[in-house]
Amino acid sequence: MSHNEPAELRMVHDIIVNLQYLPAEQAATAVADHVKRFWDPRMKRRLIELVAAETEPLDPVVVAAAALLP
Amino acid sequence: MSLLKEPDYGTPAKDGPATVSVEVDGLRISVPDGTSVMRAAALAGVDIPKLCATDTLEAFGSCRLCLVEIGGRRGTPASCTTPAADGMVVHTQTPKVAKLRENVMELYISDHPLDCLTCPANGDCELQDMAGVVGLRQVRYGYEGANHLDAVKDVSNPYFDFDPSKCIACSRCVRACGEVQGTFALTIEGRGFASKVSPGAGESFMDSECVSCGACVQACPTSTLQERSVVELGVPTRSVITTCAYCGVGCSFKAELRGDEVVRMVPLKDGGANEGHSCVKGRFAFGYATHPDRALRPMVRENITDPWREVEWDEAIGTVARRMLEIKQRYGTGAIGAITSSRCTNEEVYVVQKMVRAAFGNNNVDTCARVCHSPTGYGLKQTFGESAGTQDFRSVAQADVIMVIGANPTDGHPVFASRMKQRLREGAKLIVADPRRIDLVRSPHIEADHHLQLKPGTNVAIVNAMAHVVVTEGLTDASFVAARCEGFDEWAEFISRPENSPEAVEPITGVPAEEVRAAARLYAQGGNGAIYYGLGVTEHSQGSTMVMGMANLAMACGNIGHEGVGVNPLRGQNNVQGACDMGSFPHELSGYRHVSDDAARKVFENLWGTVLLPEPGLRIPNMFDAAIEGTFRGLFVHGEDIAQSDPNFHHVSAALGAMELVVVQDLFLNETSKFAHVFLPGASFLEKDGTFTNAERRINRVRAVMKPKSAKHEWEIVCEIATAMGYPMGYDHPSQIMDEIASVTPTFAGVSFKKLDQVGSIQWPCDEHAPDGTPIMHVESFTRGLGRFVPTPFVPTDERSTRRYPLILTTGRILSQYNVGAQTRRTANVAWHSEDLLEIHPHDAEVRGITDGAEVTLASRVGETTLHAQLSERMPTGVVYTTFHHPISGTNVLTTENSDWATNCPEYKVTAVQVALTHPTSGQHVESEADRVLAWGLVD
Repeated sequence: MSHNEPAELRMVHDIIVNLQYLPAEQAATAVADHVKRFWDPRMKRRLIELVAAETEPLDPVVVAAAALLP
Repeated sequence: MSLLKEPDYGTPAKDGPATVSVEVDGLRISVPDGTSVMRAAALAGVDIPKLCATDTLEAFGSCRLCLVEIGGRRGTPASCTTPAADGMVVHTQTPKVAKLRENVMELYISDHPLDCLTCPANGDCELQDMAGVVGLRQVRYGYEGANHLDAVKDVSNPYFDFDPSKCIACSRCVRACGEVQGTFALTIEGRGFASKVSPGAGESFMDSECVSCGACVQACPTSTLQERSVVELGVPTRSVITTCAYCGVGCSFKAELRGDEVVRMVPLKDGGANEGHSCVKGRFAFGYATHPDRALRPMVRENITDPWREVEWDEAIGTVARRMLEIKQRYGTGAIGAITSSRCTNEEVYVVQKMVRAAFGNNNVDTCARVCHSPTGYGLKQTFGESAGTQDFRSVAQADVIMVIGANPTDGHPVFASRMKQRLREGAKLIVADPRRIDLVRSPHIEADHHLQLKPGTNVAIVNAMAHVVVTEGLTDASFVAARCEGFDEWAEFISRPENSPEAVEPITGVPAEEVRAAARLYAQGGNGAIYYGLGVTEHSQGSTMVMGMANLAMACGNIGHEGVGVNPLRGQNNVQGACDMGSFPHELSGYRHVSDDAARKVFENLWGTVLLPEPGLRIPNMFDAAIEGTFRGLFVHGEDIAQSDPNFHHVSAALGAMELVVVQDLFLNETSKFAHVFLPGASFLEKDGTFTNAERRINRVRAVMKPKSAKHEWEIVCEIATAMGYPMGYDHPSQIMDEIASVTPTFAGVSFKKLDQVGSIQWPCDEHAPDGTPIMHVESFTRGLGRFVPTPFVPTDERSTRRYPLILTTGRILSQYNVGAQTRRTANVAWHSEDLLEIHPHDAEVRGITDGAEVTLASRVGETTLHAQLSERMPTGVVYTTFHHPISGTNVLTTENSDWATNCPEYKVTAVQVALTHPTSGQHVESEADRVLAWGLVD
């Protein structure tokens, strides 16, 4: 993980590693719930955009979580 | 009110039913077993003369003034040391005791200067009072003999004088220092006539271990220990009961005044949080309120490079409203926001968040708790269902094992630390988990049973290892877990894994496995186990995980729901708890209800007459990111100095510099105001009317002792801004704001100023089920129903020591200073801490050629600063420590943007750094890169 990566990706990675005890599917739901509960809408949009852009290989949980965001 | 003299019953109260019936001068009274005759008499309305006795200290029996006669007993026993016995008949005024008292008093006065008329304590002196009470009319002995009248005065302390010529050697000061404060800095030196009070081994007060808590001054029955302010201003004439504005202990004080001038702050014996004790900050460091640096006029400027222009209030408020509306119109509703302050009252915080949600039209409100205790809110909500500590402070008196994690109570929460030390001296066991050897680890009459000196950033590994021991060794409270909790089996499977064992994590934490096992067994099996923690837990990338880890451990051992146990955050600022309670977080309305909760939102929408957004707003770090990105352009900063206190100064300054409007409301022009376009003068706590909520959820009244120096209350200013923005907001009095809070916040439903004025203080939840408040939470069931075990995998921080930055910097506080120092730096407290110092282990210093006091450069990957070194074996090798009380130190130039995964609370406690002499000379050895690798085995 690099400090140069977008803040939203860095933050979502931090959430994922702390929810590593969950199976992948549950982790994606938990990550999405966390983002919904604590993130400003523009941050959510930015995350969705970053996932859609796929400028670098992403953790599948990130991709799955982003798909669950409105 | 006139000067409040609290009753003094002579000796401390005893617990238990009033089963002992005695007769005192014909009056019958029943008291608990163990109550002294003196106290029983006082409760019956009979004051027995006394000098060495006071009800904050155990009876001593030295002054011989409180002698009484007791039916059926011989002699004239001291009433302070004689326990009342059932059927006892006490005579407090007989010719025999009257004569004895007069003779005793005559001896005292024969060695006391007869300067009552010019004495600073004239009218406030127990010796003077008692001379009158015993009817002393003559002193037969004269001053020709040996006496102490020429004893030299000690004026070394900036706040009080010690005049030994007036000392009656009653030992109240010595006992207060030991029994109440627990420092044991004072002693009686010499024997017989040569007996005298002495700080340390014949040192001055300033050079001794005295911590200037004021307990000795308060205990002194004469003018021997006297506040300098009383010497200079005279004896106060009236009192206002209010609440300290420093740390989260929230001590109650009597502000004692002459006219509108505060002469002294005296701790209130009836104060629920402090019960008559104080620290150097609350007791003495209030001078900042009248410091000439106070900015008292509103100011505006177009650009931050322009000079400030003083304006009238109307123009300042109009400017804020106009420019906020312009930004909103140009960039969208989400482009503006506010930060509330934990130093402000609940009422002020509530109106700021209301202004944001109703007038700004978004949820972009956050609070400085973001950078301290936001993980507490998250972690305790997830596990227990409520974002608050579980106990009252009194509970520590019932603890058998006290575990202090990432907190330094003797510096950060000194009045609570004194309570804790009382219990430790009674025999409670102590576990300290801290990289630094804090005072609690070893201090007079106290020694930690286990000091888990872990490496910074490894809290979660330690708490997991302790829980591993509890589960794998069968030490859980199975019946508590079965009846009260959920998720145990899954958690137990996780925590039992080999990677969580003390042996497996020893290389990570640096703590010997056997030490961790012993500590875990003690916590689980030692009786009531109580956890107290501070920012050394929360300000980490796994702050929230650690809070949940401690909650797991407490639940597994059944250490929740009764006295003497619990998980207790020691909040940094006076109103951290209250600011969070009031809906300061961008995702929560008051009472911790999520903004997506339709029913909760509806309550506010109906009352406020506006639609609220159901999605969270920006948190403080997100605000900075959005400012740099260009989507966040206007910020109202209420009573916080984010440019000094928030991490990675370069990032913060870039964000603030990118904004079109920064509004700062504060007492002083601070570091943040350098980026501000509008400055609104704030009010000190002595000018405020409202409430603070302390770390034990205790809501205390804050009462104004003087009018706002800037002519307006802070809540009024906020209301006027909202109104000028088109959303009318107005109250006649802050009590109306509390009434509104109570009407929309279930946990505050029973709170009002009227009730607080009647009962003194209330611990929320206060509602129809708990009309008197809730000292201890989760008694029958958890707020969320069942306590929830949450797996807490240890995830190392990204911040690692490297060849370039081989040391780890951790930060903290010192007793005499508070937070960014804006207040305490403007008091005589600078006598103890005039600059931030870098504590470094002698070995780390030696390999860098650093000597004690040398100027060193401290560099991290985001910045560097210069400090003077203090060689200290408190630090383990590889870890350095400093405070952040002085802006010139720029400590937060160094700290990084790493943050807690759940809340974005910054990771202040772990920063990889290098330390080097700022001006190395040719004779000094400077560690080479090769040396560092050899010494540390570190790689990039």
